[in-house]
Amino acid sequence: MPIEIPTLNIAALTPFLAVTVTAFVVMFFELFVNDKRILGYLSLLGLAVAAISSVMLLGVSPAPAFQEMAISDGYALVLNLIFIVTAALSILISLSYLGDRALQRGEYYALLLFSTGGMMLMGAATDLIVVFMGLEIMSIALYVLAAFNRRKMGSGEAGMKYFILGAFASAFFLYGVALVYGATGSTNLSAIGNWFTSGGGDLTDPIALVGLSLLLVGFAFKIAAVPFQWWTPDVYQGAPTSVTAFMSVGAKAAGFAALVRLLMVSFGQAFTLDWQIAVAALAVVTMTGGNIAALAQKDIKRMLAFSSIAHAGYILVGVVPGTIDGVQAVLFYLMGYAFMNIGAFAVVAVLEHRVAISSAIEEYAGLAARKPLLAAAMLLFMVSLTGLPPFVGFWGKLYVFRAAVEANMSWLAVVGVINSAISAFYYLGVVVQMYMRPAAATEDGEEVVPISLSGPVTITLAVAVIITVILGIWPTPLVNLTSLAVFG
Amino acid sequence: MLEQVPVSHYLLLSAILFSIGAGGVLIRRNVIIVLMCIEMMMNAVNLTFITFSRYLDSATGQIFVFMIMAVAAVEVAVGLALLVELNRHKQSVNIDDFNALKG
Repeated sequence: MPIEIPTLNIAALTPFLAVTVTAFVVMFFELFVNDKRILGYLSLLGLAVAAISSVMLLGVSPAPAFQEMAISDGYALVLNLIFIVTAALSILISLSYLGDRALQRGEYYALLLFSTGGMMLMGAATDLIVVFMGLEIMSIALYVLAAFNRRKMGSGEAGMKYFILGAFASAFFLYGVALVYGATGSTNLSAIGNWFTSGGGDLTDPIALVGLSLLLVGFAFKIAAVPFQWWTPDVYQGAPTSVTAFMSVGAKAAGFAALVRLLMVSFGQAFTLDWQIAVAALAVVTMTGGNIAALAQKDIKRMLAFSSIAHAGYILVGVVPGTIDGVQAVLFYLMGYAFMNIGAFAVVAVLEHRVAISSAIEEYAGLAARKPLLAAAMLLFMVSLTGLPPFVGFWGKLYVFRAAVEANMSWLAVVGVINSAISAFYYLGVVVQMYMRPAAATEDGEEVVPISLSGPVTITLAVAVIITVILGIWPTPLVNLTSLAVFG
Repeated sequence: MLEQVPVSHYLLLSAILFSIGAGGVLIRRNVIIVLMCIEMMMNAVNLTFITFSRYLDSATGQIFVFMIMAVAAVEVAVGLALLVELNRHKQSVNIDDFNALKG
């Protein structure tokens, strides 16, 4: 019997391969290079190659790779760009942030790249096996990154908490996969979808329904949706700020990537009503819970953690309609969120290592007088995160809510808008501290520690500010980009 | 001809194992026992996969089990490394002692 040689179509996974190979190269050169910052720049080079290959693949009609295990359709490629932007901006923060703490180590960049590769795999996966692989490649690297600051107890604790709850969530996800496999006989996303639509499947099959709900639970952990969000504030606060910036956007986007493809491709025809109700309920409690908890926070990293939970809720609003417009709105939101949220964390990272300032919001008092430019950047990010025009955050919310309205779910958009109003309290609270409160009086002889804005983190800040403003005034380029995001 | 154990028995057993593991993660305070409970949940999933694989006469489930076993091993390695690191700070493996982060 002749053995059939499988078609691999390795070219479709070029962005993933570029990132992963760069990670290995970084690990190799770590042995010889004394100035570890070079490895950071090498990582940026690898990300640039991945970005270029993603853009080039956008022009090619998508073909399944590795026996329908993955695909590089428009959806996966636009997500790749989101992950690359997130990783690149975080690496630029890390180059400054780690250096100040004597944490500049080669494996940091390798782990960050592996994690990015895992995210890309989650976006491109068309089989639950590959979704699982991507999820674990991303998560395991993130557990280690969260615990990277070994001298600080909090960092190790953050890694541990993230690890236990992440592994716990993975087990739920896997149980969901097992039950869906049992109900449909396949782990391939489109085969699962075909099974239900072709009439072979029983649409009241309890095994499939329980499997679907367990899958939702697993993803809800990863995107930090209420009531599966307990780990978020502790992990975001304890992890090094550069890592927090990376995972607050990247891990969330990757979770949404796989969740949306699963719901659209596998459960888009059958069970639509079931998961729409579940996801709508998740969206409402996530927005409201995140915002209300954020109001009470005194530490800016915890505040941003709860606000990122609320943002997961807004993004879920775009998932509920189950339309391609909704999916594209979700991607627009994620891309905008990458710039404004990482920008905000970059400001936190710049300030955090100065002796006078930890990450308590009170210590931002008088920042506008000491560092007008930095305060202005923070003001801009806070306003954009609130969702006010003319910044990118406004358009993100507009498109997501519009998708809900068009699907006759206006009530969901109303809840979202009310929540945005609530979020103004705590975002603008930071602005009030910076602009309207005087800096704490220094005692005699105590030196005011100068805040120096220098090095690569400045590039992150500049890029984040420029993109947040330009896309706020003229969102068309990003709208055009996300309109390429279709399922292959 | 021996009577066969029905599929539902295997599924019920793995559901019970999974619940015991999940309950353990939530209740136990010793991190090493929590790790064992997570491992138990993973193995309950493996049993479900094998059951369905046999029942459906499809190899995918068994491939998935190998993936899960490999990933579970990696997770334990990372988890124990994190625990060793934390133990240096606190000389404890009790989850309640890791309370530096609060809000």
